[in-house]
Amino acid sequence: MSESSMLEIFEEKIKREIKIEPREWMPDAYRKTLVRQISQHAHSEIVGMLPEANWIKRAPTMRRKVALLAKVQDEAGHGLYLYSAAETLGTSRKTMIDDLLSGKAKYSSIFNYPTITWADIGAVGWLVDGAAIMNQVMLCRTSYGPYARAMVRICKEESFHQRQGYEIMLTLAQGSQEQKAMAQDALNRWWWPSLMMFGPSDKESKHSAQSMAWKIKRKSNDELRQNFVDATVPQARLIGLSIPDPDLKWNEERGAYDFGDIDWEEFWNVVKGNGPCNKQRLDDRNKAHEEGHWVREAALAFAEKQAKRKAKKDKVA
Amino acid sequence: MLSYTTYDPLTEYVLRCADNNLILGHRISEWCGHGPVLEQDIALTNMALDLLGQSRMYLKYAAELIGHNETEDSLAFLRDAMQFRNSLLVEQPNGDFAHTIIRSLIFDSFHYFFTEQLMQSNDKRLADIATKSLKEITYHRKFSSEWTIRLGDGTEESNKRMQTAIDDLWRYKGELLSPDELDMEMLEKGIGVDLNKIEPLVDNHLSDMLNRATLQIPQAEFMQKGGKQGLHSEHLGYILAELQFMQRAYPGLNW
Ligand SMILES: [Fe+2]
Ligand SMILES: [Fe+2]
Repeated sequence: MSESSMLEIFEEKIKREIKIEPREWMPDAYRKTLVRQISQHAHSEIVGMLPEANWIKRAPTMRRKVALLAKVQDEAGHGLYLYSAAETLGTSRKTMIDDLLSGKAKYSSIFNYPTITWADIGAVGWLVDGAAIMNQVMLCRTSYGPYARAMVRICKEESFHQRQGYEIMLTLAQGSQEQKAMAQDALNRWWWPSLMMFGPSDKESKHSAQSMAWKIKRKSNDELRQNFVDATVPQARLIGLSIPDPDLKWNEERGAYDFGDIDWEEFWNVVKGNGPCNKQRLDDRNKAHEEGHWVREAALAFAEKQAKRKAKKDKVA
Repeated sequence: MLSYTTYDPLTEYVLRCADNNLILGHRISEWCGHGPVLEQDIALTNMALDLLGQSRMYLKYAAELIGHNETEDSLAFLRDAMQFRNSLLVEQPNGDFAHTIIRSLIFDSFHYFFTEQLMQSNDKRLADIATKSLKEITYHRKFSSEWTIRLGDGTEESNKRMQTAIDDLWRYKGELLSPDELDMEMLEKGIGVDLNKIEPLVDNHLSDMLNRATLQIPQAEFMQKGGKQGLHSEHLGYILAELQFMQRAYPGLNW
């Protein structure tokens, strides 16, 4: 079959909302875009474990400790599903991880901010998982089958994380003066970076249009960002916290909130590697990887020995 | 000897169980996000979750026995080192993955047979907790045993690291299995576990695993002890500094 007729079949499937599956023909650029996006997404889950793991040992109650530990573990699971989904496109997990460790591959910049107080654990769950959900709910309908199916599993857990984070904030907001201040401070620091999670505005976004055409994405960055603001502002009000944006205002006509300008200079600066924790996060991942080297090597050597022993035994039998 | 007087004997005994689980769970949770492979990161976190979950059941029981306003949280976050009753083994640092695995191998071997016996306790609550925990502990023992064999019989480097870990940690095995006054008292009352009875079972399992892992059982006979009576190593204070930070810095609040 000629490439043009294969392309036709592919486009027809996209049009008719039939999922693209691993063995089927797809344009190279579609494959590349997916590998980039899914592996970036996987890396975000893994690097995202670090700022939250930072508080596991110091969680204030046994209940919170166990919930946080389970949450961070969920994120590791998400990383696994996503690496597996990306591998169906013909790129190995090892290659993807090497790209993360060398700094070649990106991950969500939000994880380059520090978790300084316990309230940050609430804010991250509420805002960061909340923003992730906006994106991921949309991705449950993405055109690539394995990615869409991974997302369905992940979304259920993310919304649980979001509620858990919000509940931490609620508890703080109802607490002592110190606790309220802690919660407000965390919201102040995480609000704008959370809005940046949706990526550059539609005018600036270089991958957006093609991704929409392929139905990898179904909503633009700005649309998702607006959805997030509209969902989150009332939640903040409900618990008596204020959003750190003097320009935030309900727009009756649009039926949505108007909000202030995002500091894109800060965004690009963090993307480039200059966020407060970029170096620390990458160093931590590299350290874990290097220190795990002998373990992985030994596991492999042992598996080989076992296989040989088994072959020998089978021969005798 | 530091006192049994802080709590009554049954509470002391329950706290030993609670604190072993709490401190080891805390230690293993340090791996979360830093494991050698993603799959192992998840498995280690699972174990930390199990141990912390078991610790909560014991802590709640201890809190009820003590009464007043004691809770699982006040026991976990407001006792000082000399009131902790965990064995020295579980507070040892994670070290490399070999040390973590060997620490778990020794503890899990003990924990498995201990809990199996505790299921027969005539203290119904302890028997219940033990019964609920055994399945998880069975899995822990399988995990640490398999990794001991894999790493012992892996490469030259992994073998060396594992041997070092055993040589370092073996000295903390004795405390788990040698009965003190409280162990005897609890045994007599039909509440506690007969450590003399489980010792050969634990030793058998350990030597079987170490043999299969091509590792040597250390010859040194001297065993460190004191943890279960409240005499700890220097490590525990630092564990508590992190574990208890929030409750110490912001006393008496809801979280
Ligand atoms: Fe996630
Ligand atoms: Fe999440």
